[in-house]
Amino acid sequence: MAFLEETVRGIRKDIVKMIGKAASGHPGGSLSSAEILTLLYFEQMNVDEKNPRKEDRDRFVLSKGHAAPVLYATLAAKGFFPKAELENLRQLGSMLQGHPDMNKVPGVDMSTGSLGQGISVAAGMALAGKMDNKSHKIYALLGDGELQEGLVWEAAMAASHYQLNNLIAFVDNNNLQIDGAICEVMSPFPIDAKFEAFGWNVITVEDGHDFDELRTAVEAAKKSEDKPTVIICQTVKGKCVSFMENNAGWHGKGPNAEEVKQALAELEA
Amino acid sequence: MADKKSTRQAYGEYLVKLGEKNQNLVVLDADLSGATKTNIFKNACPERHFNVGIAEANLMGMAAGLATAGKIPFASTFAIFGAGRAYEIIRNSICYPKLNVKIALTHSGISVGEDGGSHQSIEDIALMRVIPNMTVLSPADAIETEKMMDAAMAIDGPVYIRLGRSDVPVLFDNDYKFEVGKAGLLKSGSDVTLIATGLMVGPALEAAELLKADGVSARVLNMGSIKPIDVDAITEAAINTGAIVTAEEHSIIGGLGSAVAEVLCDVAPAPLERVGVKDLFGQSGKVAPLMEKYGLTANDIVTAAKKAIERK
Repeated sequence: MAFLEETVRGIRKDIVKMIGKAASGHPGGSLSSAEILTLLYFEQMNVDEKNPRKEDRDRFVLSKGHAAPVLYATLAAKGFFPKAELENLRQLGSMLQGHPDMNKVPGVDMSTGSLGQGISVAAGMALAGKMDNKSHKIYALLGDGELQEGLVWEAAMAASHYQLNNLIAFVDNNNLQIDGAICEVMSPFPIDAKFEAFGWNVITVEDGHDFDELRTAVEAAKKSEDKPTVIICQTVKGKCVSFMENNAGWHGKGPNAEEVKQALAELEA
Repeated sequence: MADKKSTRQAYGEYLVKLGEKNQNLVVLDADLSGATKTNIFKNACPERHFNVGIAEANLMGMAAGLATAGKIPFASTFAIFGAGRAYEIIRNSICYPKLNVKIALTHSGISVGEDGGSHQSIEDIALMRVIPNMTVLSPADAIETEKMMDAAMAIDGPVYIRLGRSDVPVLFDNDYKFEVGKAGLLKSGSDVTLIATGLMVGPALEAAELLKADGVSARVLNMGSIKPIDVDAITEAAINTGAIVTAEEHSIIGGLGSAVAEVLCDVAPAPLERVGVKDLFGQSGKVAPLMEKYGLTANDIVTAAKKAIERK
Protein backbone atom coordinates (compact mmCIF):
# COMPACT_ATOMS: atom_id res chain seq x y z
CA MET A 1 0.00 0.00 0.00
CA ALA A 2 2.75 2.38 0.92
CA PHE A 3 4.24 1.56 -2.46
CA LEU A 4 1.17 2.77 -4.33
CA GLU A 5 0.97 5.91 -2.16
CA GLU A 6 4.64 6.68 -2.82
CA THR A 7 4.22 5.96 -6.51
CA VAL A 8 1.23 8.23 -6.94
CA ARG A 9 3.01 10.99 -5.03
CA GLY A 10 5.89 10.76 -7.49
CA ILE A 11 3.50 10.76 -10.42
CA ARG A 12 1.80 13.91 -9.12
CA LYS A 13 5.16 15.62 -8.73
CA ASP A 14 6.07 14.71 -12.29
CA ILE A 15 2.73 16.01 -13.54
CA VAL A 16 3.29 19.38 -11.89
CA LYS A 17 6.93 19.58 -13.00
CA MET A 18 6.32 18.67 -16.62
CA ILE A 19 3.34 21.00 -17.06
CA GLY A 20 5.27 23.76 -15.33
CA LYS A 21 8.23 23.22 -17.64
CA ALA A 22 5.98 23.16 -20.71
CA ALA A 23 4.09 26.19 -19.35
CA SER A 24 1.01 24.57 -20.81
CA GLY A 25 -1.08 21.45 -20.29
CA HIS A 26 -3.90 20.12 -18.17
CA PRO A 27 -3.02 19.68 -14.49
CA GLY A 28 -6.52 19.56 -12.95
CA GLY A 29 -7.81 16.43 -14.62
CA SER A 30 -4.39 14.77 -14.52
CA LEU A 31 -4.17 15.12 -10.75
CA SER A 32 -7.75 13.95 -10.25
CA SER A 33 -7.12 10.64 -12.01
CA ALA A 34 -3.64 9.82 -10.69
CA GLU A 35 -4.76 7.03 -8.33
CA ILE A 36 -6.79 5.36 -11.08
CA LEU A 37 -3.81 5.12 -13.42
CA THR A 38 -1.42 4.18 -10.64
CA LEU A 39 -3.60 1.29 -9.52
CA LEU A 40 -4.06 0.08 -13.08
CA TYR A 41 -0.44 0.21 -14.21
CA PHE A 42 1.22 -0.81 -10.95
CA GLU A 43 -1.18 -3.46 -9.79
CA GLN A 44 -4.06 -4.43 -12.05
CA MET A 45 -2.95 -4.38 -15.65
CA ASN A 46 -0.93 -7.04 -17.41
CA VAL A 47 1.55 -4.90 -19.32
CA ASP A 48 5.22 -5.29 -20.14
CA GLU A 49 7.31 -2.14 -20.32
CA LYS A 50 9.95 -4.14 -22.22
CA ASN A 51 7.39 -5.22 -24.81
CA PRO A 52 4.79 -2.45 -24.99
CA ARG A 53 2.82 -4.02 -27.86
CA LYS A 54 2.69 -7.52 -26.40
CA GLU A 55 -0.32 -9.15 -28.02
CA ASP A 56 -2.30 -10.31 -25.01
CA ARG A 57 -1.64 -7.29 -22.80
CA ASP A 58 -4.40 -5.36 -21.12
CA ARG A 59 -5.10 -2.09 -22.93
CA PHE A 60 -5.70 1.38 -21.55
CA VAL A 61 -7.38 4.13 -23.54
CA LEU A 62 -7.20 7.64 -22.15
CA SER A 63 -10.46 8.83 -23.62
CA LYS A 64 -9.98 12.14 -21.80
CA GLY A 65 -6.77 12.59 -23.76
CA HIS A 66 -6.01 16.03 -22.36
CA ALA A 67 -4.94 14.29 -19.15
CA ALA A 68 -1.88 13.11 -21.10
CA PRO A 69 0.52 14.22 -18.32
CA VAL A 70 -0.84 11.64 -15.86
CA LEU A 71 -0.47 8.92 -18.50
CA TYR A 72 3.06 10.03 -19.40
CA ALA A 73 4.12 10.26 -15.76
CA THR A 74 2.67 6.82 -15.05
CA LEU A 75 4.28 5.19 -18.09
CA ALA A 76 7.64 6.76 -17.25
CA ALA A 77 7.36 5.62 -13.62
CA LYS A 78 6.58 2.11 -14.88
CA GLY A 79 9.69 2.21 -17.07
CA PHE A 80 8.20 2.42 -20.57
CA PHE A 81 10.58 5.31 -21.30
CA PRO A 82 13.10 7.39 -19.33
CA LYS A 83 11.71 9.95 -16.92
CA ALA A 84 13.99 12.59 -18.41
CA GLU A 85 11.69 12.57 -21.44
CA LEU A 86 8.96 14.21 -19.35
CA GLU A 87 10.86 17.49 -19.59
CA ASN A 88 10.06 17.58 -23.30
CA LEU A 89 6.29 17.63 -22.88
CA ARG A 90 4.66 19.67 -25.66
CA GLN A 91 8.01 20.69 -27.17
CA LEU A 92 8.62 20.67 -30.90
CA GLY A 93 9.79 17.24 -31.98
CA SER A 94 8.92 15.60 -28.67
CA MET A 95 7.25 12.22 -28.49
CA LEU A 96 5.18 13.65 -25.66
CA GLN A 97 2.57 15.52 -27.65
CA GLY A 98 -0.08 17.66 -25.98
CA HIS A 99 -2.38 14.68 -26.39
CA PRO A 100 -1.20 11.04 -26.51
CA ASP A 101 0.15 9.62 -29.77
CA MET A 102 0.27 5.80 -29.89
CA ASN A 103 2.89 5.82 -32.62
CA LYS A 104 5.29 8.00 -30.68
CA VAL A 105 5.03 6.92 -27.05
CA PRO A 106 5.83 3.36 -25.93
CA GLY A 107 2.92 2.09 -23.86
CA VAL A 108 0.23 4.34 -25.30
CA ASP A 109 -2.43 2.03 -26.75
CA MET A 110 -4.46 4.63 -28.61
CA SER A 111 -4.04 8.18 -29.83
CA THR A 112 -6.70 10.30 -28.19
CA GLY A 113 -7.56 13.90 -27.48
CA SER A 114 -10.83 14.50 -29.27
CA LEU A 115 -13.36 13.71 -26.57
CA GLY A 116 -15.79 10.84 -26.90
CA GLN A 117 -13.67 8.91 -29.37
CA GLY A 118 -11.52 6.90 -26.97
CA ILE A 119 -14.42 4.97 -25.47
CA SER A 120 -15.67 4.11 -28.96
CA VAL A 121 -12.23 2.83 -29.93
CA ALA A 122 -12.02 0.92 -26.64
CA ALA A 123 -15.31 -0.79 -27.52
CA GLY A 124 -13.77 -1.84 -30.84
CA MET A 125 -10.73 -3.21 -29.01
CA ALA A 126 -12.99 -5.14 -26.66
CA LEU A 127 -14.98 -6.53 -29.58
CA ALA A 128 -11.74 -7.74 -31.18
CA GLY A 129 -10.80 -9.43 -27.91
CA LYS A 130 -14.17 -11.20 -27.84
CA MET A 131 -13.84 -12.34 -31.45
CA ASP A 132 -10.49 -13.93 -30.66
CA ASN A 133 -11.56 -15.38 -27.30
CA LYS A 134 -8.90 -13.41 -25.49
CA SER A 135 -8.99 -12.86 -21.75
CA HIS A 136 -7.29 -9.47 -21.59
CA LYS A 137 -9.22 -6.40 -20.48
CA ILE A 138 -9.71 -3.04 -22.08
CA TYR A 139 -9.66 -0.12 -19.64
CA ALA A 140 -10.76 3.38 -20.56
CA LEU A 141 -10.84 6.64 -18.65
CA LEU A 142 -13.54 9.19 -19.38
CA GLY A 143 -13.98 12.67 -18.03
CA ASP A 144 -17.34 13.62 -16.57
CA GLY A 145 -17.62 16.57 -18.95
CA GLU A 146 -16.77 14.17 -21.76
CA LEU A 147 -20.08 12.42 -21.13
CA GLN A 148 -21.67 15.35 -22.94
CA GLU A 149 -20.33 13.94 -26.21
CA GLY A 150 -22.99 11.95 -28.07
CA LEU A 151 -20.43 9.42 -29.26
CA VAL A 152 -19.94 8.23 -25.66
CA TRP A 153 -23.52 6.99 -25.69
CA GLU A 154 -23.30 5.45 -29.15
CA ALA A 155 -20.34 3.48 -27.83
CA ALA A 156 -22.11 2.70 -24.56
CA MET A 157 -25.05 1.24 -26.48
CA ALA A 158 -22.77 -0.89 -28.64
CA ALA A 159 -20.65 -2.14 -25.73
CA SER A 160 -23.76 -3.35 -23.98
CA HIS A 161 -25.27 -4.80 -27.17
CA TYR A 162 -22.14 -6.85 -27.85
CA GLN A 163 -21.90 -7.85 -24.16
CA LEU A 164 -18.37 -6.52 -23.85
CA ASN A 165 -17.71 -7.56 -20.26
CA ASN A 166 -14.00 -7.20 -21.03
CA LEU A 167 -14.45 -3.42 -21.19
CA ILE A 168 -13.99 -1.48 -17.95
CA ALA A 169 -14.49 2.28 -18.14
CA PHE A 170 -13.75 4.78 -15.40
CA VAL A 171 -15.45 8.14 -15.11
CA ASP A 172 -13.24 10.75 -13.45
CA ASN A 173 -16.11 12.59 -11.80
CA ASN A 174 -14.37 15.72 -10.56
CA ASN A 175 -17.41 17.88 -11.33
CA LEU A 176 -15.55 20.54 -13.29
CA GLN A 177 -14.93 21.18 -16.95
CA ILE A 178 -13.10 23.97 -18.71
CA ASP A 179 -15.99 26.44 -18.65
CA GLY A 180 -16.98 25.70 -15.07
CA ALA A 181 -19.08 23.24 -13.05
CA ILE A 182 -20.42 20.40 -15.16
CA CYS A 183 -23.87 20.79 -13.64
CA GLU A 184 -23.94 24.42 -14.78
CA VAL A 185 -22.42 23.92 -18.24
CA MET A 186 -24.46 20.84 -19.18
CA SER A 187 -25.36 18.37 -16.50
CA PRO A 188 -24.50 14.75 -17.28
CA PHE A 189 -26.29 13.62 -14.10
CA PRO A 190 -27.45 11.09 -13.15
CA ILE A 191 -24.38 9.32 -14.51
CA ASP A 192 -25.05 5.96 -12.84
CA ALA A 193 -28.66 5.72 -13.97
CA LYS A 194 -27.69 6.64 -17.51
CA PHE A 195 -25.14 3.85 -17.77
CA GLU A 196 -27.55 1.46 -16.07
CA ALA A 197 -30.19 2.32 -18.61
CA PHE A 198 -27.67 1.61 -21.36
CA GLY A 199 -27.20 -1.88 -19.94
CA TRP A 200 -23.91 -1.44 -18.10
CA ASN A 201 -22.73 -2.87 -14.82
CA VAL A 202 -22.36 0.27 -12.67
CA ILE A 203 -20.01 0.63 -9.72
CA THR A 204 -19.66 3.82 -7.72
CA VAL A 205 -16.46 4.74 -5.91
CA GLU A 206 -17.07 7.33 -3.23
CA ASP A 207 -13.41 8.32 -3.00
CA GLY A 208 -11.57 7.98 -6.27
CA HIS A 209 -8.29 8.68 -4.47
CA ASP A 210 -8.62 5.62 -2.20
CA PHE A 211 -6.71 2.65 -3.56
CA ASP A 212 -8.69 0.10 -1.53
CA GLU A 213 -11.98 1.35 -2.85
CA LEU A 214 -10.67 1.49 -6.42
CA ARG A 215 -9.24 -2.02 -6.13
CA THR A 216 -12.51 -3.45 -4.85
CA ALA A 217 -14.29 -1.85 -7.78
CA VAL A 218 -11.85 -3.19 -10.39
CA GLU A 219 -11.96 -6.70 -8.91
CA ALA A 220 -15.75 -6.63 -9.09
CA ALA A 221 -15.67 -5.26 -12.65
CA LYS A 222 -13.45 -8.12 -13.78
CA LYS A 223 -16.14 -10.56 -12.67
CA SER A 224 -18.90 -9.00 -14.75
CA GLU A 225 -20.39 -11.83 -16.76
CA ASP A 226 -22.06 -10.24 -19.73
CA LYS A 227 -21.98 -6.48 -19.25
CA PRO A 228 -19.36 -3.79 -19.69
CA THR A 229 -18.59 -2.05 -16.41
CA VAL A 230 -18.37 1.62 -15.60
CA ILE A 231 -16.64 2.68 -12.39
CA ILE A 232 -17.81 6.17 -11.50
CA CYS A 233 -15.18 7.74 -9.28
CA GLN A 234 -15.78 10.80 -7.13
CA THR A 235 -12.57 12.76 -7.45
CA VAL A 236 -11.15 16.18 -6.74
CA LYS A 237 -9.89 18.20 -9.65
CA GLY A 238 -6.31 19.31 -8.96
CA LYS A 239 -6.07 16.83 -6.06
CA CYS A 240 -3.20 17.36 -3.57
CA VAL A 241 -2.26 20.82 -4.80
CA SER A 242 -4.22 23.19 -2.57
CA PHE A 243 -4.56 26.09 -4.95
CA MET A 244 -5.59 23.84 -7.82
CA GLU A 245 -8.16 21.75 -5.96
CA ASN A 246 -11.73 22.20 -7.14
CA ASN A 247 -10.74 25.09 -9.36
CA ALA A 248 -11.82 24.96 -13.01
CA GLY A 249 -9.22 27.63 -13.74
CA TRP A 250 -6.60 24.88 -13.47
CA HIS A 251 -8.23 22.72 -16.13
CA GLY A 252 -5.81 23.68 -18.83
CA LYS A 253 -3.03 26.00 -17.80
CA GLY A 254 0.53 25.56 -16.65
CA PRO A 255 1.73 26.73 -13.23
CA ASN A 256 4.53 29.35 -13.13
CA ALA A 257 7.85 28.68 -11.38
CA GLU A 258 6.61 29.93 -8.01
CA GLU A 259 3.44 27.85 -8.26
CA VAL A 260 5.43 24.75 -9.20
CA LYS A 261 7.61 25.29 -6.16
CA GLN A 262 4.62 25.61 -3.87
CA ALA A 263 2.89 22.59 -5.40
CA LEU A 264 5.98 20.41 -5.03
CA ALA A 265 6.41 21.56 -1.44
CA GLU A 266 2.85 20.48 -0.70
CA LEU A 267 3.35 17.15 -2.43
CA GLU A 268 6.53 16.48 -0.48
CA ALA A 269 4.97 17.40 2.85
CA MET B 1 -23.94 -2.38 -74.64
CA ALA B 2 -21.61 -3.62 -71.96
CA ASP B 3 -22.89 -5.31 -68.82
CA LYS B 4 -23.93 -2.98 -66.05
CA LYS B 5 -23.31 -3.30 -62.36
CA SER B 6 -23.10 -0.82 -59.51
CA THR B 7 -19.80 -0.43 -57.73
CA ARG B 8 -21.57 -1.06 -54.40
CA GLN B 9 -22.76 -4.43 -55.69
CA ALA B 10 -19.24 -5.31 -56.80
CA TYR B 11 -17.98 -4.24 -53.38
CA GLY B 12 -20.39 -6.46 -51.46
CA GLU B 13 -19.67 -9.45 -53.63
CA TYR B 14 -15.91 -9.07 -53.58
CA LEU B 15 -15.84 -8.63 -49.79
CA VAL B 16 -16.83 -12.28 -49.58
CA LYS B 17 -13.83 -13.33 -51.66
CA LEU B 18 -11.42 -11.11 -49.73
CA GLY B 19 -12.85 -12.38 -46.46
CA GLU B 20 -12.22 -15.96 -47.48
CA LYS B 21 -8.58 -15.14 -48.17
CA ASN B 22 -8.00 -13.07 -45.04
CA GLN B 23 -9.52 -14.13 -41.74
CA ASN B 24 -8.69 -10.77 -40.17
CA LEU B 25 -11.09 -8.96 -42.46
CA VAL B 26 -14.17 -7.70 -40.62
CA VAL B 27 -17.05 -5.62 -41.94
CA LEU B 28 -18.95 -2.92 -40.08
CA ASP B 29 -22.13 -1.24 -41.19
CA ALA B 30 -24.53 1.30 -39.74
CA ASP B 31 -28.00 -0.05 -40.52
CA LEU B 32 -27.58 0.25 -44.27
CA SER B 33 -26.20 -3.19 -45.05
CA GLY B 34 -28.92 -3.83 -47.63
CA ALA B 35 -28.03 -0.64 -49.46
CA THR B 36 -24.25 -0.74 -49.08
CA LYS B 37 -24.38 -4.45 -50.03
CA THR B 38 -22.32 -5.54 -47.04
CA ASN B 39 -25.27 -7.84 -46.34
CA ILE B 40 -23.81 -10.09 -49.03
CA PHE B 41 -20.77 -10.52 -46.76
CA LYS B 42 -23.04 -10.85 -43.75
CA ASN B 43 -24.86 -13.77 -45.33
CA ALA B 44 -21.57 -15.48 -46.16
CA CYS B 45 -19.76 -14.70 -42.93
CA PRO B 46 -22.13 -13.49 -40.18
CA GLU B 47 -19.55 -13.82 -37.38
CA ARG B 48 -17.35 -11.16 -38.99
CA HIS B 49 -20.09 -8.66 -39.83
CA PHE B 50 -21.12 -6.08 -37.24
CA ASN B 51 -24.07 -3.77 -37.57
CA VAL B 52 -23.48 -0.92 -35.11
CA GLY B 53 -26.87 0.63 -35.74
CA ILE B 54 -27.50 4.18 -36.88
CA ALA B 55 -24.33 5.52 -35.29
CA GLU B 56 -21.73 6.51 -37.86
CA ALA B 57 -19.32 8.09 -35.40
CA ASN B 58 -19.19 4.88 -33.41
CA LEU B 59 -18.90 2.92 -36.65
CA MET B 60 -15.57 4.62 -37.30
CA GLY B 61 -14.41 4.56 -33.68
CA MET B 62 -15.03 0.84 -33.28
CA ALA B 63 -13.37 0.17 -36.62
CA ALA B 64 -10.30 1.97 -35.29
CA GLY B 65 -10.33 -0.14 -32.14
CA LEU B 66 -10.61 -3.36 -34.12
CA ALA B 67 -7.68 -2.25 -36.27
CA THR B 68 -5.46 -1.76 -33.20
CA ALA B 69 -5.96 -5.47 -32.52
CA GLY B 70 -4.88 -6.57 -36.00
CA LYS B 71 -8.30 -6.78 -37.63
CA ILE B 72 -8.78 -5.23 -41.06
CA PRO B 73 -12.12 -3.48 -40.84
CA PHE B 74 -14.13 -2.36 -43.85
CA ALA B 75 -16.52 0.30 -42.53
CA SER B 76 -19.49 1.11 -44.72
CA THR B 77 -22.41 3.49 -44.79
CA PHE B 78 -23.52 6.20 -47.21
CA ALA B 79 -20.81 8.67 -48.21
CA ILE B 80 -22.69 11.62 -46.76
CA PHE B 81 -22.80 10.06 -43.27
CA GLY B 82 -19.38 8.41 -43.32
CA ALA B 83 -17.31 11.21 -44.78
CA GLY B 84 -19.61 13.92 -43.43
CA ARG B 85 -21.00 13.07 -40.03
CA ALA B 86 -18.09 10.87 -38.95
CA TYR B 87 -15.41 13.07 -40.52
CA GLU B 88 -13.58 13.97 -37.38
CA ILE B 89 -13.51 10.42 -36.03
CA ILE B 90 -11.95 9.35 -39.34
CA ARG B 91 -9.50 12.21 -39.01
CA ASN B 92 -8.48 11.77 -35.39
CA SER B 93 -9.03 8.10 -34.57
CA ILE B 94 -8.19 6.50 -37.93
CA CYS B 95 -5.89 8.72 -39.97
CA TYR B 96 -3.96 10.46 -37.19
CA PRO B 97 -2.80 7.11 -35.74
CA LYS B 98 -2.65 5.66 -39.29
CA LEU B 99 -4.81 2.68 -38.44
CA ASN B 100 -5.56 0.00 -40.98
CA VAL B 101 -9.21 0.81 -41.63
CA LYS B 102 -10.82 0.68 -45.08
CA ILE B 103 -13.65 3.16 -45.40
CA ALA B 104 -15.91 2.06 -48.25
CA LEU B 105 -18.78 4.48 -48.63
CA THR B 106 -21.62 4.03 -51.07
CA HIS B 107 -24.23 6.40 -52.48
CA SER B 108 -21.69 9.05 -53.38
CA GLY B 109 -22.61 11.82 -55.80
CA ILE B 110 -25.95 12.90 -57.20
CA SER B 111 -26.57 9.52 -58.85
CA VAL B 112 -28.16 8.57 -55.52
CA GLY B 113 -31.21 9.91 -57.35
CA GLU B 114 -34.61 10.12 -55.69
CA ASP B 115 -33.44 10.50 -52.09
CA GLY B 116 -32.37 14.02 -52.98
CA GLY B 117 -29.83 16.60 -51.89
CA SER B 118 -29.66 15.61 -48.21
CA HIS B 119 -28.32 12.21 -49.24
CA GLN B 120 -26.19 13.12 -52.25
CA SER B 121 -22.59 13.50 -51.17
CA ILE B 122 -20.73 15.93 -53.40
CA GLU B 123 -18.04 16.77 -50.84
CA ASP B 124 -16.58 13.42 -49.75
CA ILE B 125 -13.53 13.40 -52.05
CA ALA B 126 -12.61 16.86 -50.80
CA LEU B 127 -13.07 15.88 -47.16
CA MET B 128 -11.15 12.63 -47.39
CA ARG B 129 -8.28 13.81 -49.52
CA VAL B 130 -7.18 16.63 -47.21
CA ILE B 131 -6.47 14.22 -44.36
CA PRO B 132 -2.83 13.15 -44.03
CA ASN B 133 -2.20 9.37 -44.27
CA MET B 134 -5.40 8.85 -46.28
CA THR B 135 -5.48 7.17 -49.68
CA VAL B 136 -8.49 8.07 -51.84
CA LEU B 137 -9.72 5.69 -54.53
CA SER B 138 -12.68 6.17 -56.85
CA PRO B 139 -13.51 3.19 -59.07
CA ALA B 140 -15.12 3.59 -62.48
CA ASP B 141 -16.76 0.17 -62.65
CA ALA B 142 -17.20 -3.18 -60.96
CA ILE B 143 -13.83 -4.57 -62.05
CA GLU B 144 -11.92 -1.52 -60.90
CA THR B 145 -13.75 -1.75 -57.57
CA GLU B 146 -12.33 -5.23 -57.04
CA LYS B 147 -8.83 -4.20 -58.09
CA MET B 148 -8.96 -1.23 -55.73
CA MET B 149 -10.08 -3.46 -52.87
CA ASP B 150 -7.04 -5.65 -53.53
CA ALA B 151 -4.87 -2.54 -53.55
CA ALA B 152 -6.45 -1.32 -50.31
CA MET B 153 -5.67 -4.64 -48.63
CA ALA B 154 -2.03 -4.22 -49.61
CA ILE B 155 -1.83 -0.85 -47.84
CA ASP B 156 -1.20 -0.82 -44.09
CA GLY B 157 -3.21 2.28 -43.35
CA PRO B 158 -6.48 4.06 -44.01
CA VAL B 159 -8.05 3.96 -47.47
CA TYR B 160 -11.23 5.61 -48.67
CA ILE B 161 -13.07 3.84 -51.50
CA ARG B 162 -15.83 5.90 -53.12
CA LEU B 163 -18.72 3.78 -54.33
CA GLY B 164 -21.96 4.51 -56.16
CA ARG B 165 -25.56 3.43 -56.05
CA SER B 166 -26.47 3.29 -59.72
CA ASP B 167 -25.60 0.64 -62.25
CA VAL B 168 -22.71 1.63 -64.48
CA PRO B 169 -21.26 -0.09 -67.56
CA VAL B 170 -18.45 -2.56 -66.92
CA LEU B 171 -15.55 -0.93 -68.77
CA PHE B 172 -12.69 -3.23 -67.87
CA ASP B 173 -12.02 -6.92 -68.00
CA ASN B 174 -10.30 -9.12 -65.46
CA ASP B 175 -6.86 -8.41 -66.91
CA TYR B 176 -7.21 -4.75 -65.97
CA LYS B 177 -4.33 -3.59 -63.80
CA PHE B 178 -4.81 -0.91 -61.19
CA GLU B 179 -1.97 0.74 -59.35
CA VAL B 180 -2.32 3.27 -56.55
CA GLY B 181 -0.97 6.62 -57.72
CA LYS B 182 -1.21 5.75 -61.42
CA ALA B 183 -3.72 6.99 -63.97
CA GLY B 184 -5.02 4.60 -66.59
CA LEU B 185 -4.62 5.65 -70.22
CA LEU B 186 -7.90 4.63 -71.87
CA LYS B 187 -7.49 6.46 -75.16
CA SER B 188 -4.59 8.27 -76.80
CA GLY B 189 -5.02 11.78 -78.13
CA SER B 190 -3.11 14.97 -78.78
CA ASP B 191 -5.42 18.03 -78.65
CA VAL B 192 -6.88 17.78 -75.17
CA THR B 193 -6.85 15.38 -72.21
CA LEU B 194 -10.05 14.31 -70.48
CA ILE B 195 -9.32 13.20 -66.93
CA ALA B 196 -12.28 11.43 -65.37
CA THR B 197 -13.05 9.46 -62.25
CA GLY B 198 -15.84 7.18 -61.07
CA LEU B 199 -18.96 7.02 -63.16
CA MET B 200 -17.78 9.96 -65.30
CA VAL B 201 -15.23 7.74 -67.02
CA GLY B 202 -17.92 6.32 -69.30
CA PRO B 203 -19.15 9.77 -70.42
CA ALA B 204 -15.53 10.87 -70.91
CA LEU B 205 -14.96 7.99 -73.37
CA GLU B 206 -18.18 8.91 -75.13
CA ALA B 207 -17.08 12.54 -75.27
CA ALA B 208 -13.80 11.52 -76.89
CA GLU B 209 -15.78 9.84 -79.68
CA LEU B 210 -17.95 12.93 -80.15
CA LEU B 211 -14.85 15.13 -80.27
CA LYS B 212 -13.27 12.82 -82.83
CA ALA B 213 -16.27 13.37 -85.08
CA ASP B 214 -15.50 17.09 -84.80
CA GLY B 215 -11.85 16.49 -85.69
CA VAL B 216 -10.54 16.83 -82.14
CA SER B 217 -8.12 14.24 -80.82
CA ALA B 218 -8.86 13.68 -77.12
CA ARG B 219 -6.79 11.66 -74.71
CA VAL B 220 -8.73 9.96 -71.90
CA LEU B 221 -7.22 9.24 -68.50
CA ASN B 222 -9.02 7.30 -65.79
CA MET B 223 -7.96 8.85 -62.50
CA GLY B 224 -9.12 6.18 -60.09
CA SER B 225 -6.38 7.04 -57.62
CA ILE B 226 -7.23 10.55 -56.50
CA LYS B 227 -4.74 10.51 -53.67
CA PRO B 228 -1.94 9.92 -54.32
CA ILE B 229 -2.56 11.44 -57.72
CA ASP B 230 -0.52 10.67 -60.83
CA VAL B 231 1.54 13.85 -61.13
CA ASP B 232 3.54 12.49 -64.06
CA ALA B 233 0.49 11.63 -66.16
CA ILE B 234 -1.06 15.05 -65.54
CA THR B 235 2.20 16.84 -66.30
CA GLU B 236 2.73 14.87 -69.48
CA ALA B 237 -0.87 15.57 -70.56
CA ALA B 238 -0.46 19.29 -69.86
CA ILE B 239 2.75 19.51 -71.86
CA ASN B 240 1.78 17.32 -74.79
CA THR B 241 -1.93 18.05 -75.22
CA GLY B 242 -1.93 21.58 -73.78
CA ALA B 243 -5.49 21.52 -72.47
CA ILE B 244 -7.18 19.56 -69.68
CA VAL B 245 -10.75 18.76 -68.73
CA THR B 246 -11.64 17.02 -65.48
CA ALA B 247 -14.92 15.16 -65.01
CA GLU B 248 -16.30 13.98 -61.68
CA GLU B 249 -19.60 13.41 -59.95
CA HIS B 250 -18.57 15.69 -57.10
CA SER B 251 -18.32 19.38 -56.37
CA ILE B 252 -15.82 21.12 -58.62
CA ILE B 253 -14.46 22.52 -55.35
CA GLY B 254 -12.04 20.20 -53.62
CA GLY B 255 -12.42 17.08 -55.73
CA LEU B 256 -10.63 15.69 -58.77
CA GLY B 257 -10.74 19.06 -60.56
CA SER B 258 -9.03 20.74 -57.64
CA ALA B 259 -6.48 17.95 -57.27
CA VAL B 260 -5.56 18.26 -60.96
CA ALA B 261 -5.50 22.07 -60.71
CA GLU B 262 -3.03 21.78 -57.84
CA VAL B 263 -0.69 19.70 -60.00
CA LEU B 264 -1.05 22.06 -62.96
CA CYS B 265 -0.31 25.10 -60.79
CA ASP B 266 2.69 23.41 -59.17
CA VAL B 267 4.25 21.78 -62.21
CA ALA B 268 2.83 22.48 -65.65
CA PRO B 269 0.24 25.25 -66.08
CA ALA B 270 -2.30 24.58 -68.83
CA PRO B 271 -5.91 25.62 -69.43
CA LEU B 272 -8.24 23.52 -67.26
CA GLU B 273 -12.01 23.17 -67.43
CA ARG B 274 -13.70 21.37 -64.57
CA VAL B 275 -16.86 19.35 -65.21
CA GLY B 276 -18.62 18.59 -61.94
CA VAL B 277 -21.30 19.87 -59.59
CA LYS B 278 -20.96 23.64 -59.47
CA ASP B 279 -21.15 24.49 -55.77
CA LEU B 280 -24.80 23.45 -55.60
CA PHE B 281 -26.71 20.87 -53.62
CA GLY B 282 -28.40 18.09 -55.54
CA GLN B 283 -32.10 17.27 -55.59
CA SER B 284 -34.50 14.40 -56.13
CA GLY B 285 -34.93 12.93 -59.57
CA LYS B 286 -34.08 10.06 -61.85
CA VAL B 287 -30.38 9.63 -62.43
CA ALA B 288 -30.20 10.53 -66.15
CA PRO B 289 -32.13 13.83 -65.90
CA LEU B 290 -30.13 14.70 -62.76
CA MET B 291 -26.86 14.19 -64.59
CA GLU B 292 -28.17 16.41 -67.38
CA LYS B 293 -29.46 19.08 -65.00
CA TYR B 294 -26.12 19.27 -63.18
CA GLY B 295 -23.98 19.29 -66.31
CA LEU B 296 -22.48 15.82 -65.99
CA THR B 297 -22.94 14.37 -69.47
CA ALA B 298 -20.69 13.53 -72.41
CA ASN B 299 -21.94 16.70 -74.13
CA ASP B 300 -20.89 18.80 -71.16
CA ILE B 301 -17.41 17.29 -71.41
CA VAL B 302 -17.31 18.05 -75.14
CA THR B 303 -18.24 21.68 -74.51
CA ALA B 304 -15.61 21.95 -71.76
CA ALA B 305 -12.98 20.38 -74.02
CA LYS B 306 -13.62 22.89 -76.79
CA LYS B 307 -13.43 25.72 -74.31
CA ALA B 308 -10.15 24.45 -72.89
CA ILE B 309 -8.68 24.11 -76.39
CA GLU B 310 -9.75 27.67 -77.23
CA ARG B 311 -7.89 28.91 -74.17
CA LYS B 312 -4.58 27.42 -75.31
